[in-house]
Amino acid sequence: MPGKLKVKIVAGRHLPVMDRASDLTDAFVEVKFGNTTFKTDVYLKSLNPQWNSEWFKFEVDDEDLQDEPLQITVLDHDTYSANDAIGKVYIDIDPLLYSEAATVISGWFPIYDTIHGIRGEINVVVKVDLFNDLNRFRQSSCGVKFFCTTSIPKCYRAVIIHGFVEELVVNEDPEYQWIDRIRTPRASNEARQRLISLMSGELQRKIGLKVLEMRGNAVVGYLQCFDLEGESGLVVRAIGTACTLDKLSSPAAFLPACNSPSKEIKEIPFNEDPNPNTHSSGPSTPLKNQTYSFSPSKSYSRQSSSSDTDLSLTPKTGMGSGSAGKEGGPFKALLRQQTQSALEQREFPFFTLTAFPPGFLVHVGGVVSARSVKLLDRIHNPAFVGIMGNTRSYKLLDWNSFNSDEPETRDAWWAEIRQEIKSHAKALGCHAVVGYSESTSICEEVCILSASGTAAVLNPRFLQDGTVEGCLEQRLEENLPAGCGFCHIPYDELNMPFPAHLTYCYNCRKQKVPDVLFTTIDLPTDAAVIGKGCLIQARLCRLKKKAQAEANATAISNLLPFMEYEVHTQLMNKLKLKGMNALFGLRIQITVGENMLMGLASATGVYLAALPTPGGIQIAGKTPNDGSYEQHISHMQKKINDTITKNKELYEINPPEISEEIIGSPIPEPRQRSRLLRSQSESSDEVTELDLSHGKKDAFVLEIDDTDAMEDVHSLLTDVPPPSGFYSCNTEIMPGINNWTSEIQMFTSVRVIRLSSLNLTNQALNKNFNDLCENLLKSLYFKLRSMIPCCLCHVNFTVSLPEDELIQVTVTAVAITFDKNQALQTTKAQVEKSLQRASTDNEELLQFPLELCSDSLSSHPFPPAKAVTVEKASPMGEGNFRNRAAPPCANSTVGVVKMTPLSFIPGAKITKYLGIINMFFIRETTSLREEGGVSGFLHAFIAEVFAMVRAHVAALGGNAVVSYIMKQCVFMENPNKNQAQCLINVSGDAVVFVRESDLEVVSTQQPPANCQPLCTGGEVTT
Amino acid sequence: MTSELDIFVGNTTLIDEDVYRLWLDGYSVSDAVALRVRSGILEQTGATAAVLQSDTMDHYRTFHMLERLLHAPPKLLHQLIFQIPPSRQALLIERYYAFDEAFVREVLGKKLSKGTKKDLDDISTKTSITLKSCRRQFDNFKRVFKVVEEMRGSLVDNIQQHFLLSDRLARDYAAIVFFANNRFETGKKKLQYLSFGDFAFCAELMIQNWTLGAVDSQVDDMDMDLDKEFLQDLKELKVLVADKDLLDLHKSLVCTALRGKLGVFSEMEANFKNLSRGLVNVAAKLTHNKDVRDLFVDLVEKFVEPCRSDHWPLSDVRLFLNQYSASVHSLDGFRHQALWDRYMGTLRGCLLRLYHD
Repeated sequence: MPGKLKVKIVAGRHLPVMDRASDLTDAFVEVKFGNTTFKTDVYLKSLNPQWNSEWFKFEVDDEDLQDEPLQITVLDHDTYSANDAIGKVYIDIDPLLYSEAATVISGWFPIYDTIHGIRGEINVVVKVDLFNDLNRFRQSSCGVKFFCTTSIPKCYRAVIIHGFVEELVVNEDPEYQWIDRIRTPRASNEARQRLISLMSGELQRKIGLKVLEMRGNAVVGYLQCFDLEGESGLVVRAIGTACTLDKLSSPAAFLPACNSPSKEIKEIPFNEDPNPNTHSSGPSTPLKNQTYSFSPSKSYSRQSSSSDTDLSLTPKTGMGSGSAGKEGGPFKALLRQQTQSALEQREFPFFTLTAFPPGFLVHVGGVVSARSVKLLDRIHNPAFVGIMGNTRSYKLLDWNSFNSDEPETRDAWWAEIRQEIKSHAKALGCHAVVGYSESTSICEEVCILSASGTAAVLNPRFLQDGTVEGCLEQRLEENLPAGCGFCHIPYDELNMPFPAHLTYCYNCRKQKVPDVLFTTIDLPTDAAVIGKGCLIQARLCRLKKKAQAEANATAISNLLPFMEYEVHTQLMNKLKLKGMNALFGLRIQITVGENMLMGLASATGVYLAALPTPGGIQIAGKTPNDGSYEQHISHMQKKINDTITKNKELYEINPPEISEEIIGSPIPEPRQRSRLLRSQSESSDEVTELDLSHGKKDAFVLEIDDTDAMEDVHSLLTDVPPPSGFYSCNTEIMPGINNWTSEIQMFTSVRVIRLSSLNLTNQALNKNFNDLCENLLKSLYFKLRSMIPCCLCHVNFTVSLPEDELIQVTVTAVAITFDKNQALQTTKAQVEKSLQRASTDNEELLQFPLELCSDSLSSHPFPPAKAVTVEKASPMGEGNFRNRAAPPCANSTVGVVKMTPLSFIPGAKITKYLGIINMFFIRETTSLREEGGVSGFLHAFIAEVFAMVRAHVAALGGNAVVSYIMKQCVFMENPNKNQAQCLINVSGDAVVFVRESDLEVVSTQQPPANCQPLCTGGEVTT
Repeated sequence: MTSELDIFVGNTTLIDEDVYRLWLDGYSVSDAVALRVRSGILEQTGATAAVLQSDTMDHYRTFHMLERLLHAPPKLLHQLIFQIPPSRQALLIERYYAFDEAFVREVLGKKLSKGTKKDLDDISTKTSITLKSCRRQFDNFKRVFKVVEEMRGSLVDNIQQHFLLSDRLARDYAAIVFFANNRFETGKKKLQYLSFGDFAFCAELMIQNWTLGAVDSQVDDMDMDLDKEFLQDLKELKVLVADKDLLDLHKSLVCTALRGKLGVFSEMEANFKNLSRGLVNVAAKLTHNKDVRDLFVDLVEKFVEPCRSDHWPLSDVRLFLNQYSASVHSLDGFRHQALWDRYMGTLRGCLLRLYHD
C-alpha cells in the first residue's frame, strides 16, 4: 500500500443553471479513484457553491497511482429524478509521483462535458503521500521522469543517454463495443476518455519500468500516440529515449555561463559527413531506403532485401574515411568501433532526440525511413467467425496470425519497420538513428506504418556507463573543425551506398561532404550557416481506386514508392530554388484516404557553409526544334533563375567566393539537356568523377516533356515567399535569427476543404491541396502581422482525409518576435565569421586553443561547467540573453500560462519541470448549427482544450507548457444530422519559467528560493 | 473547392481592434470585408480578399463567443477559455459598452422596455446606425439598468463594480440609468439642441444633490430615485414668487448687485419676475411625476429660451444665477434657505450647462 492520495473539493464557480425554475443549481461532487468513490454534500441553490470538503483519502498501490486518473464529477442533485451530470475533470496525478516535480495540484479546473463543453470551474486540491517501497519486483515505476522535449531538458545534464524505449498497449475501442448501441453518446465518450487515460497511464508505467531496467531515471523525447483503428481496436503506443539525468544545482549558474563565447558549441567534434544526395540515401529515396510491405506478403519487399545485402558491404567502418584527416583517420576508426560496440548491444540504437549535448553527434548520414502497409483485420472475416464467436465482437488480428496476442502483433509490425530503419542506417555507415519518430495513417482497415530518422554516428561518451572520457576522443576533438564536422560523410567514399557528389568540406577542406544534406533533426547549434532558413514544403496527391482489403493495400503499396519519389524531387527542386543546400527537421507524412493518398513533407531549408553551393535548375525541352517552344522554355528558365537570385537575396545567402583550386577541379561541361533529370539517377553517371564535382556546374535539369512536368515547374514558382518581416521554419530555431524578444503566440489553425467530385484528377487535386496549404500560410501571416518582425517556428502541418472529398489540414506553430536590428548585426557577424573561416585554410590554428578550453570545460564533471555546456546547447543560446533589456511582458501577471511547441521560452529561464501533460478530449454535439456550424464547434473546442491544458499547468504551479504538441485532431461531421464529433490529443511539459530580467534579481537577492527545490529533488529515482 | 471549416485559435486570443469596431457597429461579415478592403489593407499587407474574408469570419466568431462573457464583464476576467491580457480585456469591455451619441439621444429618458425596443427599427433608420448595433446598445442600457436597480450604494460605483467600466463610461451609464428611471423627456424638438453630455452633466448634479443618496447612503435605489420628501418640500419655495414683497425685495437685491456688471441689465430687470416665477414654479411642480418628466422642457421654456431671445451672453447668465441664488439668503422673511440651496445649487449648474445654442 505504498501511497495515499488525498483530495479536497473546495468550491465551484460559474456553474450552469440546472434548475430552470429557480435559475440555480444544487451541486455536489463525486470523487473517484480506482473503485473508490467519495461524495461531497449537496450545496443548495448556488452557481458558486462552497463545498469546502474534508480531505478524501484513497489508499492505493503506486501502480494504480500511475495508471489511474483521478476522476471528479460535478452533479446537480435532484430529489425526484436521477441526478444530472454537469461535467467532469480528469486529473493525471503522475506529476505528484516524483519529488522533483509538483508537490501539490491545486487550482481551478474547467468542468468539462463531452456534449456541452466547459461548464464552470471547480477548485480542487490534490496531494499524494508516497511510502518508500523496497520491493524489487514491483510493477510501478514511480520516479522516472518523463519529458516530451526532444533535447536534454534545460535544467538537467545528461550523464548517460541509454537509448530507445518503446511500448504499446491495445484495447477494444468502447465506441465500437456492442454496449455503445444502447448507451448515450456522453457515456460512450466518457468511457473512451477514461480508457485512453488509463491506457496511457499504463503505457507510461511500463516504459518507466524499462527505463529502470536500463538504469536510467528519465525518458526524454517521449512521444505517445493513439491509433484509432475503429472496429479493430485502439492502440496506444509510445517511444522515447531513456537517459540518466542529473539536476543542475543552481539556476543562477546559467547566467554567467551563457555569456561565455560560443566555443563549446563547436565541440561537436569530428565528423565526416554523409551526403545523402538527392535520391540516394537521403531522404525518402524510394530506391534505397523504402520498404513497402504489405502484410500478407511478409513485410520485406524486394528493395529492402537488396539493401540488406548492401549492408554487409557498406559498413566497413574501420576504413571509413580513409582519405579524411590524416590524423583523424585511425582515431576515428577506433572511435567508431568503440561506439559501435556500445550501440550494437542495443536492439535498436534509436534516439528520439532532435538536439543533442555538444559533442554527442559526430556525423550525420542522411534521412532513413521505412513504411509498411498493413491490414487491420476484422473478425467477420469468414475464416474466423467460428472461432471467435460473439463473445468479443472485434479483435485485432494480423492477417496471418489471427490468434496471436494483440499487442504482439502490433509490436511485430513495428519491430519489422525498426529493423528496416536500422539496416538503412547501417548502409549509410552509421550505427545510430537520431531524430527518430513513428507514425501511422489509418483509413478503414488499411494502415500505413511509417518510421523515419536520421542516420548518424555518435560519440560513445554519452552512451556508456562510467563517465571516463578516454584521451582518445579528446585528442580527436582538438582537431575538429567547428561547425562542419557533422556534415562530413560517415560512409566510405569508395563504397558509397548510393551515388552522390562529394566535395571537400567548404569549411575545413579536410574531409568530404555531400552536396545536399537531409535530416530529421534540428540544426545543431554550432553549425556554420549562411543567411537565414525557410520552411520548405512538398505537397502531393495521388488518386487511388476505391478498393477493399488486400486489393486496397496492394494498390497503396504500389503507389507509395512513386509518392516518396515525387515528394523527394519536389523537396529537392524547392531547395535549389531557394539557393540552399540542406534540410533540417524533415517530416514526410503520407496520409491514406478512401480514394486518394496525400503526401506532405515539411522541412527547414538552410545554407550550410560546409556544403557546396547548390547548382541552379535548368529546364530542358523535349522538342528543341520548335522555336516558340524554345522561347517558352527560355522564358521559364529566366523566371527560375530570377527566383533563385531573389531568394538568395531574401534569405541573405551570400556565401564567400572561394577560389576553385582549393576545392578541387571544376567539373567540365554542363549536362546535356535532353537528359531526363527528374529522376536524379543522372548523377549516378558521375559517380566515377566524384571528386571532381563542383556545385556550380551541377545544375539540376528539369525536363519538360509533358503537361505534368509543366505543372511541376509552375507550382515551383507559385510558392509565394512570406511577406517581409516574416520568416518561418519547422525546427526549434530559425537559422540566422537569435535575438528573440519575449512575445510569443502559439496557435492552432484548422482548415477543411471539400473537393467537388467533378474535378478529381491528379492535377486538380494537387492544385487544390497546394492552394489549401498556401492560403493557410497566407492567412497566418496576415493574422500575425502585428507581431512583425517575427518568425513562425516549429510549423507543424498535419493532413488527414476524414471523408471521401474532404481534406483537413491542421497547423500548430508559434510566432516569436525578434529584434530586427540585432538580427541584422548578428547575421552580418556570422557571415563575416564564416568568411573568415572559409578564407583561412589553416584556421585550425585559431581554433585550436578554443577547442582546448571548451574541452576542459566539458570534461570536468563539476556542475558549473556542465551547466555551461548544457546551456550552450539550448537553442535560445545567446539571443536570449541579449534581450534582457526587453521590457517585462505585461502578461506576466498571475494566471497567464504560455504554451509553445518549442523546448524553450525566449527571454526566460526554465527553472523547473513539473511533469508531462498528456490529455485526451472528445467533444460531440447534436446541435451543430446552433453552435455556429463546424467552424464554431471546433473553434470553441480547441479554445477549451487550450484552457484545460493551461488550467492543469497552473494547478501544478507552472506558468508554461513547452514542447507542446497536438498529436491528434480527428474531426467528423454529419451536417444532415446536425452532428459533429472531434477528438483531440495534446501533450507537453509543464514548467516554471522565470523571466531573465527577474532572474537576475532573484538570484542576487534570495538565491535559496530558487535553488532549494531544485537541489533537493536530486535522487529520487530507482 | 470550398472551405468547409476554417479556424484559427491562439493561446492568447487575437483581438483586431478594427474588426472589433466593425463587429460592434453591426456590420455583416461581407460588409465588414468590403469596408476593410476599402481601407486599403490589402495593399498594405499584400493579402488577398479570401484571406481577409477568412480573417474577418474568424474574428467575428471569436467576438460572438466572447459576447456572452461581455454581458457580465467580471466573468470575462475569471473565465479560463480565452487567455486575454488585462489591457485587452479592458478594451473589449469598454468598447462593447460604448454607445453612439446619436443613439443615446434617441433613447435617453425612455423606458427601457420591449416597447422601446420595437422602435429600434425607426431609430436605426433615423440615425443610420445598424439595427444590430442599436440592439446591442439598447440591451447594454437595459442590462446595466436591471443589474444596478435596487442596489445599495453609489450608482457609479455599482456600475463600475459590476461592469468594470472606466470612470467616465460608468458616469455616462449612471446618467442613462437615472434618466431611464425618472423618464425625463429629452426628445422634444426644443430639446434637440442639447447633447447627451449636457444631460449627463445635469444627471450627475441631480444624483449628487436631489436623490435619497444625497442624504442617506444606506438605502436601496438611493441614486436612482429623486428624494420624494425634498420634492414635496420644494412647494415651500413658492412663497418667493407668491409673496409680492418678497419678490420685489429679491428683485431689488439682485438688480442692485448687478447694476453695471451685466451687459443685458435692462432686459434682466424687465424679465426678472418672469424668470424667477419660472424657476420657482418648476420647483413647486416637481411633486407630480409628469412634471418631473418635463423638467428639462420647462427649464428650456421658462429660462433658457427667454434669455436666449434677449441674447444674454453666458457670462451674464452665470452672474445673474449666482446673484439670484445668493440674494435669497438676505431675504429675512424666507425660512427655507437650506432647501433653496439644495434646489438652486443644482439647478444653477444645470442651467449654465443647458444654456447654449
